[in-house]
Amino acid sequence: MNNPVIETKKLSLFYGAHQALKAVCMAVPERGITSLIGPSGCGKSTFLRTIDRMNDLVPGVRVEGELHYRGENVYAAGTDVTELRRQIGMVFQRPNPFPMSIYDNVAYGPRTHGIRSRVQLDAIVEESLQKAAIWDEVKDRLKAPALGLSGGQQQRLCIARALAVKPDVLLMDEATSALDPISTSKIEELVTELKKDYTIIMVTHNMQQAARISDQTAFFLLGELVEFGETEAIFSMPRDKRTEDYITGRFG
Amino acid sequence: MHAVFLVCGLIAVAFVLLITVYLIASGLPAIMQVGLGNFLFGAVWEPTATTREPSFGILPFLLTSIYGTAGAVVLGVPLGFFTAVFLAKAAPPKLAAVVRGAVELLAGIPSVVYGLVGMLVLVPLLREAFRLPAGDSLLAAMLVLAVMILPSIISVAETALRAVPREYEEASLALGATEIETYFRVTAPAAKSGIAAAVVLGVGRAIGEAMAVLMVAGNVANMPSLLTSVKFLTTAIASEMSYAAVGSLQRQALFSIGLVLFLFIMLINALLNLLLKRGGKGGRG
Repeated sequence: MNNPVIETKKLSLFYGAHQALKAVCMAVPERGITSLIGPSGCGKSTFLRTIDRMNDLVPGVRVEGELHYRGENVYAAGTDVTELRRQIGMVFQRPNPFPMSIYDNVAYGPRTHGIRSRVQLDAIVEESLQKAAIWDEVKDRLKAPALGLSGGQQQRLCIARALAVKPDVLLMDEATSALDPISTSKIEELVTELKKDYTIIMVTHNMQQAARISDQTAFFLLGELVEFGETEAIFSMPRDKRTEDYITGRFG
Repeated sequence: MHAVFLVCGLIAVAFVLLITVYLIASGLPAIMQVGLGNFLFGAVWEPTATTREPSFGILPFLLTSIYGTAGAVVLGVPLGFFTAVFLAKAAPPKLAAVVRGAVELLAGIPSVVYGLVGMLVLVPLLREAFRLPAGDSLLAAMLVLAVMILPSIISVAETALRAVPREYEEASLALGATEIETYFRVTAPAAKSGIAAAVVLGVGRAIGEAMAVLMVAGNVANMPSLLTSVKFLTTAIASEMSYAAVGSLQRQALFSIGLVLFLFIMLINALLNLLLKRGGKGGRG
């Protein structure tokens, strides 16, 4: 693959003595959606969180091997983790807007990175909310508290907040699992739109979702990357017996 | 058995009611006699003057108590808040346990001991530092009070900071904010009602403290300034009650000061309850 955005080389991760990722080798291409599937506890969320080094926050975590973001090993000494996290945005399982206004939520990232000009912030907020397909619903109440929005709106606001720092990659950790079907389909639609500009990596519990919207699919089992390839191929003719068993619903 | 519990509960309520009724009953006559305006805003307290008309203005005490408390809060709140952030977020668990233990000890030290240490260490220090005839001063009282209110501020603020959902902090970190930025721009604002409650609790502690202040403030009914001897509402009562003649207007006026202090504390408690109630609703407000 030419110039993958994210590439791991024998990436292993340990929580104390427990090995949660086993020598994962994977290369995620530019743009498009890559979904990570597998049963609970298979390491897919852990893998996602190694990409923006959110696992650093867990005490007793140890990483071996390499994870390259655009050619740079993010686990090399001297990596600027805050800059890495600015470039690699994250949307969480449960919508987690800050207890502030809608505007302040979106402006939080840019302000953190030094943008003070009101005009500039206004522009970023509007652009981000539009990209996240929520502008029309909130443009008249930007000063209203974000926690007053519905769950689906909150999640799109969180996406807008992530987009406001102009990331390159967007990580989504089961971002629709806490939402109702209508909100879920709105987010899926949105993500399909966003993949034109961003490299999106999403963890999902929902195999239909992976099949519906992703371009590549990775199947994890017990910390191991069992199979990774074009979504169509994975779902129509999996090479590994375990993948086949999982997607046909024999376990998981 | 239920009756026993009920009676015990009622006894506590009865005490509060009795104290309230007694304070109002014994505090009002002097205020009536002196006049509310003269009492609250009179700048001269000379209850035992003989060559002139005795004067019962408690403005010096009122202002001293307000300034002293404000000073303690200005000094103590930042220190307490930073300690709370350290304990709740930044400290390694072992170090946090040591600091928390020390803070709890600080809360357990009797106020007379604070006064003693203030008298023996702080007062001479201030006298040297500012070349004063005596170091007993409003500043000394502020410093002692600042240390005394630390434990309540720290523990209430720490609890509030800990109650902030971890998801808020993760969202901030994932946007590329540093941990410090996250604590100050997300965690602390999300815990603001709890932190405000901590401040109000500190105010309540400071305004009601008598013994430690009595030992370092010098006890002269001056209008307050940082480096002069002053008398607080609390210390006015504590220091004069023993020699105010029974039935005299001075003694009655001391009860009136008690009533003023009582109203202050009531107000602060009401504010505290309001803040805690708002804090209970998911830390918004």
